[in-house]
Amino acid sequence: MTAFFQSLGMNYEWAWFVATVAGILLIALPLMLAVAMIIYVDRKVWAAIALRRGPNVVGPFGLLQSFADGLKVFLQETIIPSAANKGLFLIAPIVTFTVALLAWAVIPFGPEAVLADINIGLLYVLAISSLGVYGVVVSGWASNSKYPFFSAMRAAAQMISYEVSIGFLLVCVILWAGTSNMNGIIEAQRGHGLGIVNGFFFNPLLFPIWVMFLISALAETARAPFDLTEAESELVAGYQTEYSSMSFALFWLGEYANVLLMCALNAILFFGGWLPPLNVDLIPWFDIPGWIWLFAKIFMFFFIFSWVKATVPRFRYDQLMRLGWKVFLPLSLLFIVLVSGWLMLTRYGVAA
Amino acid sequence: MIQTLAFYLFAFLVLASGVFTILARNPVHSVLWLILAFFNAAGLMILVGAEFIAALLVIVYVGAVAVLFLFVVMMLDIDFAELRAGFVKNFPLGIAIALVLLAELILGIGAYRAGALELGVPDGSAAPLMDRSNLENLGTVLYGKYLFLFEAAGIILLVAMVGAIALTHRGRPEGARGHQDIGKQVRRRPGEATEMKKPEIGKGVEL
Amino acid sequence: MSVAHLIKSFTLWEFVKAHALTLKYFFKPKATINYPFEKNPISPRFRGEHALRRYPNGEERCIACKLCEAVCPAQAITIESEPREDGSRRTTRYDIDMTKCIYCGFCQEACPVDAIVEGPNFEYATETREELLYDKAKLLANGDKWERAIAANLEADAPYR
Repeated sequence: MTAFFQSLGMNYEWAWFVATVAGILLIALPLMLAVAMIIYVDRKVWAAIALRRGPNVVGPFGLLQSFADGLKVFLQETIIPSAANKGLFLIAPIVTFTVALLAWAVIPFGPEAVLADINIGLLYVLAISSLGVYGVVVSGWASNSKYPFFSAMRAAAQMISYEVSIGFLLVCVILWAGTSNMNGIIEAQRGHGLGIVNGFFFNPLLFPIWVMFLISALAETARAPFDLTEAESELVAGYQTEYSSMSFALFWLGEYANVLLMCALNAILFFGGWLPPLNVDLIPWFDIPGWIWLFAKIFMFFFIFSWVKATVPRFRYDQLMRLGWKVFLPLSLLFIVLVSGWLMLTRYGVAA
Repeated sequence: MIQTLAFYLFAFLVLASGVFTILARNPVHSVLWLILAFFNAAGLMILVGAEFIAALLVIVYVGAVAVLFLFVVMMLDIDFAELRAGFVKNFPLGIAIALVLLAELILGIGAYRAGALELGVPDGSAAPLMDRSNLENLGTVLYGKYLFLFEAAGIILLVAMVGAIALTHRGRPEGARGHQDIGKQVRRRPGEATEMKKPEIGKGVEL
Repeated sequence: MSVAHLIKSFTLWEFVKAHALTLKYFFKPKATINYPFEKNPISPRFRGEHALRRYPNGEERCIACKLCEAVCPAQAITIESEPREDGSRRTTRYDIDMTKCIYCGFCQEACPVDAIVEGPNFEYATETREELLYDKAKLLANGDKWERAIAANLEADAPYR
């Protein structure tokens, strides 16, 4: 895109600057739209499984429901509790929202369509998602209220615990792909399964890793069944209890942007990202642009997220911790040993 | 131009947040300033081309260590009056530590001015290859040349972790208050937990 | 723990089974209706919004006997009466406080002339509390508006009374 702006007569630095800003807007604005629609999808799927209809009044099939909700929230009064730590109270939702957008910089939408094609793409995602906990913790503390504080404590412990296992699971993927660049990981999946299937999930060693990653992703984004941070029967609305108006909306947007990010990671790391599902040119697969495949896969994973939310009851907190530290951590370590051992045997030779 | 600008931005923010870490009255604010300092230090790392170190700094320090700091500091019930009461008593100790640090700084700068120290002859085996990514360069050094040192460091950390758990773990024996065998809870099946009874009319159930 | 349990727990069998079940429900027809556009049938005995009825010649039925006021357990009804010019006894005031009303239907049962009835309408939410303090004019207007539905309901229910 820089070249395009240079052709308009800008010098390189200005062209780079304008191109980067344009790229950010090109990702962030559709993402916001996607978040609004995905909240609608979430409610619809959840309703359908409960044999209800879900939102169906605002706009055709209720498609505009999220925008109506957004408008309502926007018109509300911003309430800041008098005992709250004002500065931090206002910064916390901004942190949550910004961090949720940051990670999208390295998500590739096509072979060339990525804002920052950096070597440490996956590590960058891991680093950014580890920042997500601050918005929650700071909001819980700054609210100066006990339920948000409990929720913040839970969120901090939960996110740190599952980041550890997610980190180890991602190491397996990096090992197999031989790179932590997102596009590199996707290219490594081309024809991975018997030369036909594009995606690491087909690999018997990586399939359990995918399952664990999916479950850890649910925990990392505090979705049901791990939504203990906002367990309404125990903690009112969790860390969002004291929030209203736009700051509340920012939490909401950030949360769903994170969910979409985790869906995108599932699609990119295990299901071939922008590659078509099969590496066979039966019908004109390859003429369909990559971002459509990626969006279809993200949508599929979001459906799974909603489906899980509608199916399973909430975990007990100590069981959540047990699952993270006593099941996923040892299992992911075991799989690192298995994967690296297998790669030593087959790819690099035992003596290497 | 952009790099220079970014350097001064990051450097200024590191210094400023470092100063605020000390000056902030509220310990939670202190920790948050510290986190900002870490974060901007990661930015500086990226500017010198060490993106892997930058990512590690954010993942490990900002994402895990600082969260634990925050966790602890938030739960502390801090009495500011009491904190200030100890100021005069601890003043001489503080001055002493400050003097030691100052002496170290002077010594360090003096040694640097005196010229380079010959520690050994570099054989170039640990030098980074510029056409490879950070990750590969670090991997080659850690798992090639310094394999045993790296493994030893790992074992030391493992021992420290086991020690910490062994010192603080309080096992609750079976029957004690708060004892839970979660494995047993998870293993339990509906068949063991419930029993179907079909009592005849007018007769009760033997429990 | 048997081998079967071990396999089941490592393949997350219970979760897979639960998700298969919920997916089946996902494709089932909905149990709810598309409410503002579709409505469930309601019984002729449905007790909804109150209405004061008139005779077919336009004369109001209520004779101000105050039985409804007396029977009302929530004391939501207030009636004042005076003789009209033609000498018949009529209400000058007939108020129902709909915020007090518990929709028991006793007023309807007590009425000797089928004047006060609870009609089939249940969609009369208002934006202010004051709008729910119904006076005689509002109740008579309700009666005019819903007369056909009310009459049909009363006729359908008549054999059981």
